[in-house]
Amino acid sequence: MKSYVPNTEKERREMLEAIGLKSMDDLFSDIPEDLKLDRELDLPAPMSEMELRELMMGYVLQNDEGGLLFRGAGAYRHYIPSVVPQLAARSEFYTAYTPYQAEMSQGMLQSIFEWQTVICNLTGMEASNASVYDGATAASEAILMMRDSKRKSKVLYSAGLNPDVITTIKTYAHCYGIELVEIPLNKDGITDMAALEANLPESAGFIAAQPNYFGCIENMDAISEAVHAQKALLVSYVNPISLGAVKRPGDYGADIAIGDAQPMGLPLNFGGPYVGFMATGGKLVRNLPGRIAGETTDAEGGRAYVLTLQAREQHIRRDKASSNICSNQMLCAIMSTIYACTMGPEGMREVAEQNIAKAHYLADEICKIPGMKLRYATAFFNEFVIDTETPAGQINEALKDMGIVGGLILPDGGMLWCATEMNSKEDIDFLTDMLKNIVEGGMEQ
Amino acid sequence: MRQSYKLIFERSHEGRRAYDLPALDVPAVDAIPANMKNEAKLDLPELGEVDLVRHYTNLSRRNFGVDNGFYPLGSCTMKYNPKINEEVAGMFEDMHPLLDEDMSQGALRMMYDLEGYLAEICGMDAFTLQPAAGAHGELAGLMLIRAYHEKRGDTERTTIIVPDAAHGTNPASAVMAGFKVKEIKSAPDGGVDLDALREAVGPDTAGLMLTNPSTLGLFERNIKQIASIVHEAGGLLYYDGANLNAIMGIVRPGDMGFDVMHINLHKTFSTPHGGGGPGSGPVGFKKHLAPFMPVPVLVEREGMIELDYDRPDTIGKVKMFYGNFAVCVRAFAYIRSLGGKGLREASENAVLNANYIKNAMRGVFDIPHDRICMHECIVTPTEEMMEKGVHTTDVAKALIDRGYHPPTIYFPLIVHEAMMIEPTESESRETLDEFIEAMKEIASEALTAPESVKACPKNTPIGRPDETTAARKPIVRYVKPE
Repeated sequence: MKSYVPNTEKERREMLEAIGLKSMDDLFSDIPEDLKLDRELDLPAPMSEMELRELMMGYVLQNDEGGLLFRGAGAYRHYIPSVVPQLAARSEFYTAYTPYQAEMSQGMLQSIFEWQTVICNLTGMEASNASVYDGATAASEAILMMRDSKRKSKVLYSAGLNPDVITTIKTYAHCYGIELVEIPLNKDGITDMAALEANLPESAGFIAAQPNYFGCIENMDAISEAVHAQKALLVSYVNPISLGAVKRPGDYGADIAIGDAQPMGLPLNFGGPYVGFMATGGKLVRNLPGRIAGETTDAEGGRAYVLTLQAREQHIRRDKASSNICSNQMLCAIMSTIYACTMGPEGMREVAEQNIAKAHYLADEICKIPGMKLRYATAFFNEFVIDTETPAGQINEALKDMGIVGGLILPDGGMLWCATEMNSKEDIDFLTDMLKNIVEGGMEQ
Repeated sequence: MRQSYKLIFERSHEGRRAYDLPALDVPAVDAIPANMKNEAKLDLPELGEVDLVRHYTNLSRRNFGVDNGFYPLGSCTMKYNPKINEEVAGMFEDMHPLLDEDMSQGALRMMYDLEGYLAEICGMDAFTLQPAAGAHGELAGLMLIRAYHEKRGDTERTTIIVPDAAHGTNPASAVMAGFKVKEIKSAPDGGVDLDALREAVGPDTAGLMLTNPSTLGLFERNIKQIASIVHEAGGLLYYDGANLNAIMGIVRPGDMGFDVMHINLHKTFSTPHGGGGPGSGPVGFKKHLAPFMPVPVLVEREGMIELDYDRPDTIGKVKMFYGNFAVCVRAFAYIRSLGGKGLREASENAVLNANYIKNAMRGVFDIPHDRICMHECIVTPTEEMMEKGVHTTDVAKALIDRGYHPPTIYFPLIVHEAMMIEPTESESRETLDEFIEAMKEIASEALTAPESVKACPKNTPIGRPDETTAARKPIVRYVKPE
C-alpha cells in the first residue's frame, strides 16, 4: 500500500511520547465522541503505484477520442512546443504556493510580471492581472468592474459569446443583482447594431466577442464607436491566438480585454485547467480582481517583484474586496507565457494565418458537397457554421465510426466546424471525402 | 547572493526564433477585413530556444516549492505532491471537452467516481467538481444557499454570518453571492462565541460560514450547539474545507451538521498548487440543496455516465465545461492510492506533526491557545522579542535564510503577530527537529542580536522589497525604454 508518510510506527510512538500522549486517538480528544466516524471510510482499497497506473489506463481505455478533431467551440487544439510542458514541469514552479514571500518567490513573481506584459502587448492594453479561472469567469468579473466603475446595473452582452460564458455570466449576474440584456446577431452572424444602439443608453457597457462563437469577425470599430458614444464601456472577449492577424482590443479602444488563453500552450484536458486573462487601463486598473505583480526595488536598490495593489483583495478588504478570488491559474499562465515567447511575433502571426487558411480551405471543401453551405457571408477566423440538409447527428455518427470528431452540432441543427494548424490538407481532404460519401449515402437511401 | 535577473523581453534579439511550424499546405487567404486586420508586429520577445529554456530554468531556481524544502504555510496544506499523479493526469490531456458522451466515458466515469469518494469522505450526499478553486467553491456553495431560500420564498434571508477568525475569502464570497455579511467576534479560545451567535441569528439569517478545525487550528468543540442554533433560526451551515486535512476518516462535516461545503483539492488531496493555481474547489451538499447544483450534473443511466443539463432549479454554471479536470484526476489518483486507511493515516500524522512542533515551541515562542491542536498551531513572538523590535515578519525572513518557507504570518487576524505553522504529514521527524532548532536559534538571536534578525533575509536574490512604492506607483508590465 502507498503511503506518503515518512515516519515509521516507532517514530510516531516516540513523537507521541514526547508530547505526553499515549495514542493517536488522544490527538482527537477535542472532538465529541458521538460525532466521530466509528468505521473506516468506505473507499476502494489502497493500491501500489503500479496498480494505480493500470487502474488509470482502464479509465483511459473507456474513452474513444477519435483521431481527427474538427471541433473547437471554446476549447482549441493547437500545437504545443515541447519547451512549454517541459519548463512548466520544473517543480520549483509547480509545487510552490502563491508567492506570499517575495524574497524566495522571485521566479514566480517575475513570471507573473512577464505574463502580464505578454497579455498587455497581445491585447494592446496597459495592465493585466495574474489570471482568473477561465474565460467565463473573466467575463463574470468584467461585469462587476463595469457596474462598479459606471455605477449602473444594466450590462449588455453579445449573443455571439460562447454559450458557457453566457450561462456563467447569468449565474453571477443573478447574485450581483445586475440586469443582463442579450444583443442578438444579425443575418450575417455579427452584432445587430440597431439592437445594440437601442439598448446602450443607461447601460454600464457591452461585452462583445472577437471572433465570436460562430467564428465571425465583428466590426469592432463600429461597435466601439457606438458604445463610447453612449459613454459606456466596451469589453472585448478575444481568442488570443487570433491576435497575430486580427486587430487588438486596445487598437479599437476596448476598455477591458478578456478571454481564455487555453489556445496558447494549454492541452485540451477535457475542459480544464485553462486560464482566464483580464487587461485594462487607466482608472479601471484598481477595479481589476485578484493578484497583480508589480516591479519595485529592494532595500539595496535592486530590481524586485512583489504582489501589489493588494488593497483591492479579499485577504485585506474582506467583504469590501473587488472580488473573492484567491488562487488563480498561475501555472497555466506561465505555460501560455512560455508559448507566446516561444512563438514570438512571427510565430503568433504565422499560426494565426495558418488557422485562417486551414479553416477557409475546410469551408471551401465542405461547401462543394451538395446540401452543405456556409450560414454566414462574413469573414471568419478558424471556425464557421455550416447548414446541412443531411441531419448533423447522422453525419457525426458516421464520422465517429471513422475516428473523426466532426463539427459541434448547434441547438438549431447547424454545425460549428473548426480547423487549426493541426489539421493537415490530407486530413481535411479525408474528412471531406467521408462527408461526401455520407451525404451521397444518405441521398441514395 | 543578491542578483537581479533580466526579463525575457530584455533578452530579445530581432529575427531570432524558437518556433517552427510545418509549411502551409493549403492556399493562404487574405480573409480578415482591412479595418480588423492587425498589420503591426506584436511586441513579443524573439529568442533562440536554448536562451528561452535557460531563462525559465534559471527563473525556476529563484523560486521555492515543496520539492525544495519544508513549507509549513498554515492553512495551505503544503504536503508532498506525488509524482505518479502528474503522470496519470497527462493520460487525458488530448480530450476535447465537447466530445460526445460515448467518446468520453472514461473521463466522465472518473469524475463520477471522484464525486462519490468525496461525498463519503465528507459525509455529504453529492458533490460537483465544477468550481476551480476554494474561493470559487465558496461562491458556488453560497449560491446554493441563496437558491434554496429563494425557492422557498424565504427572500428575507439575506445575511451570512462569518466569525472574525474566518479566511478573508468567506466574507468576500458572501458579498459576491449577493449577501450582507454579519461578522461575529470569536470567544477567547478562538472558537465561536455561542452568545454572540445566538444574538446574531434571526429571520434574516441565510447561513453561517465556519472552518472546523478553526483558523486557529483548534477543533470547534461546540459544533453541535452551533449547528442547532443556526438551523433552528432557519439558516444553513457552510463548511470551509480549507482545514479538512486534520479530520479525514475521523469526523465528517456532514455528520457535524453542515449542509454545504467546499474542498481544496490542492490542499488536502495533494494536487500541486502551481505557484498560485490551478486549484480545484469541489462543492459537496446534502440532498435538500441538490436541485440547485450547477449543470451539467453527472448521472448514471444504464451503465453510462451522462451529462444532465435538464435541471430546472439549477443555479446555472460557475465556469466553462466541468471544472479543473486535470486537477481532479490527480486527486482521484491520490485517493485511490491511499484508500480510507491511508487518508486517516495522513490526517493522524498531520495532527501529530503539528502537536510535535507546538510542544517544542513552549518556552521559545508564545502559544496563545496551548491545548491539543489539530493540523496546525499558532505561535507568536514573546514580549521580550518584541521589546527588542523583532516581530513576526522578522522571524519569517530569518527562516528564509535558513532554507525554510515561513509559516503563514499575521493570520488569523484575531491573534496579534500570528505565525500559523502547518507541517503536514509529509514531513519526517528530523525535518521537524531541524525546523524546531532553527526557530530556537532565531528566538535566541532575537534577544542577543535583534539587528541581525531584522536584516534578514541575507541569502536571497533580493532583500526586503519596497511594497509601499510598488502600490503607490504601480509598474505592472515591462515597457521598453525609448
